[in-house]
This record gives sequence, structure tokens and C-alpha cells, in this order.
Amino acid sequence: MTETQAQPAQQQTAEGAAETLQNLTLAKSLNNGLRAAMEADPKVLVMGEDVGKLGGVFRITDGLQKDFGEHRVMDTPLAESGIIGAAVGLAMRGYRPVCEIQFDGFVFPGFDQIISQVAKITYRSQGAWSMPLTVRIPYGGGIGAVEHHAESPEAFFCHIAGIKVVACSNAHDAYWMIQQAIASNDPVIFFEPKRRYWEKSKVDTANKPDTTFSTVVRRPGDQVTLIGYGATMPVALAAADAAAAEGISAEVLDLRTLSPLDLDPVLESVRHTGRAVVITEAPREGSLASEVAARISEEAFHSLAAPVQRVTGFDTPYPPSKLEEEYLPDLDKVLFAVDRALSY
Amino acid sequence: MAADPPVGQAPAETAPTVGPRPPDAAPGADGADGVDVGAQAAADRNPADEHMARGLRATSNSPDLIQLLSPEGVFTPHPDFPLEVTADLLKGLYRDLVLVRRFDREGNALQRQGQLSIWVPLLGQEAAQIGSGRALRPQDFAFPSYREHGVAWCRGVDPTELLGIFRGTDHSGWDPVAARFHDYTIVIGNQALNGAGYAMGQAFDGKVGSGDPDTDEATIVYFGDGGTAQGDIHEGMVFAAAFDAPVVFYCQNNQWAISEPIEKMTRVPLYKRAAGYGMPGFRVDGNDVLACLAVTRWALDECRSGNGPVMIEAFTYRMDAHTTSDDPTRYRLADETEHWKLLDPIERVRAYLAREGLADKEFFDFVQAEADQLADRFRTFAVAMPVPTHERIFANVYTDPNPQVQRQQQEFDEYLAGFDSEAGQ
Ligand SMILES: Cc1ncc(C[n+]2csc(CCOP(=O)(O)OP(=O)(O)O)c2C)c(N)n1
Ligand SMILES: [Mg+2]
Repeated sequence: MTETQAQPAQQQTAEGAAETLQNLTLAKSLNNGLRAAMEADPKVLVMGEDVGKLGGVFRITDGLQKDFGEHRVMDTPLAESGIIGAAVGLAMRGYRPVCEIQFDGFVFPGFDQIISQVAKITYRSQGAWSMPLTVRIPYGGGIGAVEHHAESPEAFFCHIAGIKVVACSNAHDAYWMIQQAIASNDPVIFFEPKRRYWEKSKVDTANKPDTTFSTVVRRPGDQVTLIGYGATMPVALAAADAAAAEGISAEVLDLRTLSPLDLDPVLESVRHTGRAVVITEAPREGSLASEVAARISEEAFHSLAAPVQRVTGFDTPYPPSKLEEEYLPDLDKVLFAVDRALSY
Repeated sequence: MAADPPVGQAPAETAPTVGPRPPDAAPGADGADGVDVGAQAAADRNPADEHMARGLRATSNSPDLIQLLSPEGVFTPHPDFPLEVTADLLKGLYRDLVLVRRFDREGNALQRQGQLSIWVPLLGQEAAQIGSGRALRPQDFAFPSYREHGVAWCRGVDPTELLGIFRGTDHSGWDPVAARFHDYTIVIGNQALNGAGYAMGQAFDGKVGSGDPDTDEATIVYFGDGGTAQGDIHEGMVFAAAFDAPVVFYCQNNQWAISEPIEKMTRVPLYKRAAGYGMPGFRVDGNDVLACLAVTRWALDECRSGNGPVMIEAFTYRMDAHTTSDDPTRYRLADETEHWKLLDPIERVRAYLAREGLADKEFFDFVQAEADQLADRFRTFAVAMPVPTHERIFANVYTDPNPQVQRQQQEFDEYLAGFDSEAGQ
């Protein structure tokens, strides 16, 4: 069954439930989620560059070192291979490390550890080891930053079996998904849409969701399915609004899990609408959008009224920030793809 | 680099709750004329145990600090690093230091006024950069990280060419081949290996050890104290040593890697690591432009003549925030910065020039006026920089035109044209 979950349903607000709904930024919500995970399990550690006194360059770990101490919130030496490789060893000793990578473009010195150890240890040891570690990566563009600070490298990670890759898109999900990632006995690469850090939305901190990382319908519709995740969700939702104004009914899906994909809700939606547009900020070739498009055409071919459309970055390096608006998927590009799908 | 949320997005700041870091080495605290500038500041700041990381004293107090010009402006020749100090040399260096500081401050101001998305200040590190930069010969090659505006200046890169990166109009703004000054490298440590490989090429090409200082080449690689933790720096040194590459590893130890103090990176003074790679290592007073010049010149000549690699640790201090997005009040105390103000790299040159009667008021005024003109030119250029057209997105992805990239560009052109025709309707 497709789970329909826009933001936490406010209309259900009964007596008392209102107190559990807070209007928070995605950043603050992540901070709360990390705090909750650290309170729940003394083995949870936070480690990375500048995560201590500074609270991370985005302040996601703000106040955690003060409250949990320098042994649980560690400023590490400036080395991503070190951060992730050492986290592997800590995980072997029963800890649950949460590694912060400062920006998307800086994960690559740690990529070897992720591919060669993090992802393969459970498989290699026939289950003798589990790898309960989380790697948090602020990703994506749109903040006017210099090179290496605006990339969407998720497809590299999706290609690696043995790790889960997820992306949160709003404050409520951020709060729960980070806790689920930390509680997972498998390693999770946790993508945070940095340009959405400061957007506020309603967070229900009382009612723990039972599904983990599943694909959700953010907005029901009939004529075309818009599929996004992380930073592109507000773009998809805005496009659905704009399409509605033109009399086109678009369904919007948030993948949440990028690997392994939770595909059934996607197929169910496409079988209903017959058309799909997949949105990602990453370059097109070999992107997650390509994988989703391929799976739809393999498994829902007879339901398709048009080829699956992809709205992506270009197959170029991320451009200088003055050009990022041209590069990034936006409302117009999504509507253009919707038109293409509908007029096929 | 730049780490950090766009300004204004960080939550309200709280002052750091823990005490000061231990007394810093205060390069040249014992001035040659007996004035102990740093002692009082140091005595006031006795660290509590929890502030005393293992090995810290060794990290910050080194008897081996090479200094030629004390913070009070007293010159003492060094037996191993001779330098002919003329009025022209000093005045030239003074001018470099002042001009570079001036446009660096203008960079900060431009960012504050919304003209740049970020600026990476070099304040406090002028001598470390000008001293080493002026030691380079035209045929040498430099690999900067991202704060080396002073080295760029010495390589003939016009300060306005630095602006594109920080205004977001491009990823680099000068011709690295012509300037023999590589593009800024933002991913910490990458350039150490690139520099090692470049230097290997210099050696393979027979440009080392011919005995002709006008044609023999050397390479210099710049990185920070934080960078020394990164695997690439280690591997760069291993490669350079394995191939006897003519490269100077020049570490500007400015005591901080964003919010992390040097104690997070090392137990031993950084220059001592050189021994482990089998190369000579020196710690130079990074706020002493003459020491930086003399030691770097010596090191480059060693490399040029086939005795590379060499490591230099320039002991200095980051006087400003990490970048304009950073808020250092969250993690360090103003006392520390105040202390380092006494060790200012420019004041000591000025003091020496004035005391020895090598320069008069007219000279100082002239340099100041020149600096203000440069800042004006820098500003005027910055605010007038055009936004590149979208063709830039698709340019230079490959050396040859690529069908896939061309097709995406064409589709995008058509897509944009669609809006124009809509607008025209
Ligand atoms: C591989 C990588 N990880 C993290 C960063 C983010 N970052 C930018 S500068 C910096 C600190 C660098 O400190 P240091 O090497 O001492 O140089 P400084 O900035 O003090 O000149 C960090 C962590 C980066 N640019 N590259
Ligand atoms: Mg530093």
C-alpha cells in the first residue's frame, strides 16, 4: 500500500496532540533528532570536523558537546578517511558513530573506507560484524557557495551494495529519519538538503512513525507522477501547485530512500497516472533519476503513456554559483517536462 | 573551504565557556633588545589541565624558531640563512605587505556589503606569504590552497583576478600556466600530491641540478596546519621523498583549522614531521617576512640543486575568521588575538625601516595612498563583474567538443528561447 503522508497531519490534532507539533527548521530538527538518539543510547557518538564547540559549520550539532561531553561529541583531525575509517573500528567495538562530513564535495577522501570497509564488512564476515554507523552529508546546491560545496553525489553511493542511502526533505522527516538511521544496524549515508536547512515545517515528535525510510506520497494526483527527494521536494510540490492551476493533476512522491529503492509506491503511482517525471540536482548520466526511470520502464511499461522524463543537472561539473539557477531543476523545468509527458 | 552557512543563518552565538588555550609560542617573544612582549600575556593565560592537550607544549614552544626580524623590528642575521638586507628589499617587502593587507580587508568589506558571497581573509599571514612568494624565481611553480592571496600577488596575479571565485562568477580567474601559480585548491590536501607530481616532472625534464639557477626549477606547495592531518599531505611527502622531487612543502601553521586548534592535529611541532619522511624541516617565524624569505629561498635552492624535498612550517596566526561565514567568538578568545597583534608582521618592518632611517614619512604615505588606490580598483572591478552567460556551464568540460554536452547545451538554448517567444507573444 502506498502510504500517503504529506506533512504530519495537523487536521488530526486532538486535545494535547497540538503540543507535540512544533514548527522547526530542518536544521534544528536534525539537532533534536541527534540529541534524542544520544539520550536514548549511550553508545551513540558524534564525530567530525568542527562538530564540537562550533556545533558544525551548519550548527547541526550545536550544543551537543556541551551536554554530552568531548568523548561523545568529538572534533576529529581534518581527515575524512580518518573519520569514517575510525568510525568503522568504533562500530566494531559496539559504538554507533554518527560521522559528519562538512560538505558533499569533501566526502571523497573517505570514499575508499565507505566502499571497501563500511559496505562490505557484514558481507565479508558472514554477518559476524554489523556496521551501525551513519554518515551525514549536507548536499546539494542553491546556497551561492564556491566549488565543492554544492554537489549531489548520491548516485555514487547508491551504486554501492551494503549501505543504505537516504535523504530527508523536511523537518519532521529529519527528526525521525536521523534516529532511524542511527538505530539501523546497517550503515546509512544520510543526505541533508543544505539549502533547506533553514526552512520551517511542522514536526510531530510524539508519534514515532513505524515505517522506515519508505517512499511516500506527498500529494495525490491523477495525470502525472513527480518523483523527487531531499532538496528537490519543494520544487516538485511547487510544480504540482502550478500544474493544478493549469488544470493538471500531479501526484508527488518523496523517495526518502535512495538505495535500496522502495519502488512499489512508485510503480503503484505510475500505474495510476501513466506518466512520470523524476527530479534530481545531480548530473543526468548515471544518476538516481536514470535508475528510477529504468525501473519504471522495466516494471510498469504497459502502464506508461509517455517515456519517463528526467529533470536533472547537466552532464558538466557544478558551475560557478552565479550560474547555479540555470543549472538546477526548478519549477519551470519540471513543468516543461510535465508538458512533454502529457503531449507525448 | 568556506564551510559555513550563508551569513545570518547561524543561530544566536554564545561565548565559548571554556578557558583560553595555553600560551602560544609567541614567536620572538624574547625580543633581541630584551623586551619580552609575549611574557605577560602568556603568564596571564596559564592553562588548566583540561586545556593542555598531550604534547602541546612541544607544539607551541620551540627553541628552533628561525627569526631574523623581531616583533620590535630588530634585525639579527642568521648564520644558516644569510640574507642581504637592503633598503630597497625592505621597502619592497613593506609595500607588498601593506598592499596585500589592504585588498584583503577590502575583500571582507565587499562580502559584508553583499558584493561577494564569501571572502577568505589572510590577515596575519601576510609575511608568511610575501616572504615565501618573493623567494620564488620566475621559473618556479606554486600550488596554493585557497588563502594565498599574498602569494598570488607575488606571482603577478592581479588581485582582481581572485575575485571571480568569491563572487561566484567562476571557479578560477587567472591563467595558472602563465602565472606559474596553480588554481586555488579547496579540497584540503589535494594539491600536495599534485605539487609532488609536478616537481617529479621538473626533475624528469632535467630542470634540476644543472647548476644554472636561472633555469633550474623548484615547486612550492602551500597548505595549513589542519591540512597536515589529511592523507594527501602525507602521500605527497612520501612521493616527493621517494622521487627526490624538488618541492618545498610550506605549511602555514596559523594555529587554527576553522574551530579546531592545532592540538587536535598533532602532538609534535609540525616541522618535526619532516624527519620522518627523510627531509629537512624548519620552523620559521611566519610573521617575520625576512625569515620566511631567507629560509624559503634556501629551501627552493636546495630543491633546485637536487637536494629536495624540504618542509617549512611558518608559525603564524589567523587574525580574522576562517572565512567571512565563520564566527570565531564561538571557539576562541579575543585575548589570543590580542596577543598576536603584538607580533604583527607589518609593524616590525615599519619599525625597522623607521628606526634605521631607511624610509621617511613620505614613503609610508606613498605606500598607503597606493594601497587605497588598489583597494578602489579592486572594489570597482568587483561590483562591475558581469555574470557569465550560461555557455560557461558547458565550456571546457572536455578538451574536444563533446556530443552529449553539446546536445544538452542546445536543448537548454531551445528551452530558454521558448520563454523568449512566450514573452514575445
Ligand atoms: C577534504 C576537505 N575537508 C573539509 C574541508 C572544509 N574545510 C575547509 S578549510 C578547513 C580547515 C583548514 O584548516 P587549515 O588546513 O589549518 O588551513 P587554514 O584554513 O587555517 O588556512 C576545513 C575543514 C575541505 N575544504 N576539504
Ligand atoms: Mg590553519
